[in-house]
Amino acid sequence: MGKHVVVIGAGPAGLETSACLAKLGFNVSLVEKEEIIGGHLKKWHALFPSLLSGHDALEGIKKGLNDNIKIQTSTKVTGLEAVNDYFTVTGHNGWQAKAEAVVITTGFQLFDARRKEEYGYGIYENVITSADLEELFASGKALVNRHGNKPERIGFVHCVGSRDEKVNNLHCSKVCCITAVKQAIEVKQMLPEAEVFCFYMDLRMFGRHYEELYKEAQEKYSIQFIRGRLSESTEDKDGHIIVKVEDTLLGKPLKIKVGLLVLMVGMESTAKTKSLTKRLGLQQVSDGFIQPLEEVVRPNYTEIPGVFVAGTCSGPKSVSDTLADARSAAMAVGDYLKK
Amino acid sequence: MKLEGKRLIWQDYQKEIADDHYFYARSCIRQTFFPGAEAIFIKILRDELGKDIHDEQHHTSCTGIGYHSDVVPFDTTMTVVARQFALMGEAGYENYAASCVTSFGLYTEILDTWHHFPETEARIREFLFKATGREFKKPRNLAHASDIIYKFRHQIAAKAKYKLVDKNTGEPLKVVEHIGCHYSKMFPHKGIGGAEYPYVLSGMIEAWGGEVIDYPERRHCCGFGFRQYVVQANRGFSLSCSKKKFDSMEPYEPDMIITNCPGCPMFLDRWQYALSEMEGKTYGKGNHGIPVFTYEEVAGLIMGYNPWEIGLQVHQVPAEPLLDKIGIPYDISQKFKGKNGEDIGIPESPSYLKFYAE
Repeated sequence: MGKHVVVIGAGPAGLETSACLAKLGFNVSLVEKEEIIGGHLKKWHALFPSLLSGHDALEGIKKGLNDNIKIQTSTKVTGLEAVNDYFTVTGHNGWQAKAEAVVITTGFQLFDARRKEEYGYGIYENVITSADLEELFASGKALVNRHGNKPERIGFVHCVGSRDEKVNNLHCSKVCCITAVKQAIEVKQMLPEAEVFCFYMDLRMFGRHYEELYKEAQEKYSIQFIRGRLSESTEDKDGHIIVKVEDTLLGKPLKIKVGLLVLMVGMESTAKTKSLTKRLGLQQVSDGFIQPLEEVVRPNYTEIPGVFVAGTCSGPKSVSDTLADARSAAMAVGDYLKK
Repeated sequence: MKLEGKRLIWQDYQKEIADDHYFYARSCIRQTFFPGAEAIFIKILRDELGKDIHDEQHHTSCTGIGYHSDVVPFDTTMTVVARQFALMGEAGYENYAASCVTSFGLYTEILDTWHHFPETEARIREFLFKATGREFKKPRNLAHASDIIYKFRHQIAAKAKYKLVDKNTGEPLKVVEHIGCHYSKMFPHKGIGGAEYPYVLSGMIEAWGGEVIDYPERRHCCGFGFRQYVVQANRGFSLSCSKKKFDSMEPYEPDMIITNCPGCPMFLDRWQYALSEMEGKTYGKGNHGIPVFTYEEVAGLIMGYNPWEIGLQVHQVPAEPLLDKIGIPYDISQKFKGKNGEDIGIPESPSYLKFYAE
């Protein structure tokens, strides 16, 4: 067919969309702002629910890449213009590509946990994020806190930056509940004597095997799930984190001392996604994610013919949902370019 | 603890504080609790910093305690506050400086209410005019008095005779800072440093040579939550709040506590006495308590003002151990002498808390 598609963003969605488009016979330019492709996945140690390693998942996705895909890394997209049924995409370094269709796969950014000031991230050394913990897992190092001690108690705080009007994020990030369950189990596997607490609002175990994993966390690993949102965390003289939380099922306030507190940071739309949305004149939605033309049956189309979306730039998704969405986007592009 | 993390947050919570020409509204209760504090504020501003400050005689309570205790309706409160603003305008001022943290919070709340509901402001203007024939302009700048001392903390440090430093060891004094809840917990952006890691007092402590202690119950209420104290049946809860804080700060061996609210120094000071009488427990070494100060008193102390002229003799927890540590001289024979050398009476010595009198 020889038609050309530009895919913006080489995370799982961009890689899978490109691979599928190439298989359909299109020439693809995949442009990525970072030096190395793979997005957040390249830093993620293991994926729920099967504990497939992030590295293996990424390598699996990359197997689909072929010579029809030109990958342009270290390039920030600064221009996207539509002229006479063609799109011209320009990078900050002068890179340019012309295409009949564009797929936006700019992904998400992790919520900056410092915005939940009361949790003390960036101030108290033993308050870390789920992403920090994943990096620690990936490093293969022993699980010790920032003071070099094995934590006797570890707390996980759900919904950090999600479903929280105070930080202007009403949306659910979908993946944090099951990630917390997964990480809590991994922690128990590394430190069987440790007590692990998950502080949650609701547990949204929507995916296949998620509920089983949650049950296993309680029955096999004795992880304690406490329904209540943290009011604050502080640090004691020895660097422990003192957590104040209400157990809303018991109706009692709790104060718990933990050696490590993990904040389950949610997904947010990126500045790049927002600027692209604005530049293209797409509908601005309060959560910042790209609004597809129709969410149920045409989730990859936008208001602009020839511009498509895939992955988490149109809302939080797991990796498996992202890949399915990417394939769906490739089919939509194929459909569009046949006409 | 990473101080850089706090500094990043502090950058986000700065605000405009007028440079001069303040209309000063005093607190209902501070002149009884800590009688020197407001006088020192005016003296420092006028005599040390050369600022113009109007000490209004005719303003009333802002009704804050009644408002927060649900005995004064909001419309009444807003009308009373509108009258204070009218007095400011009549005196020729537009920068309002509130001595009380609750007043400051209440003024902030009212200005914010009027911003979002202009029809409410119009209604209050009508109430005020009907009741008093007065009209008002909203302040160009609203600050708590501690904001103003914070603004000039380096100038005060430059003129100071003493530092918050142990004269024997040369080490900075370990200082607990405690801000009043109404300073920034309701409107974090109206307080220096925000609500979680407020900087208004920490900035003074740093500038004056001390070291700030961050302890687990730092954010906890001092015990003056109005319903805890005003409702007599709840006073045990008030005492428990203070005790929780003392137990939490004790391992850090603080040399002093600095506060910016009318109620906090009162409760953190007086409840140390109550706890010592109830449990025989004191929170400083050698039967000493942890001396508690208002920020004005501390500013006055480092400027070299006579401790008895700034009212330290009415503190329940004696300030003498701290004065000795810094090297501030005092004449114990004058401690309980009034303004003209009149004997104001020596209180009974507590059972446990070490007491200083001639």
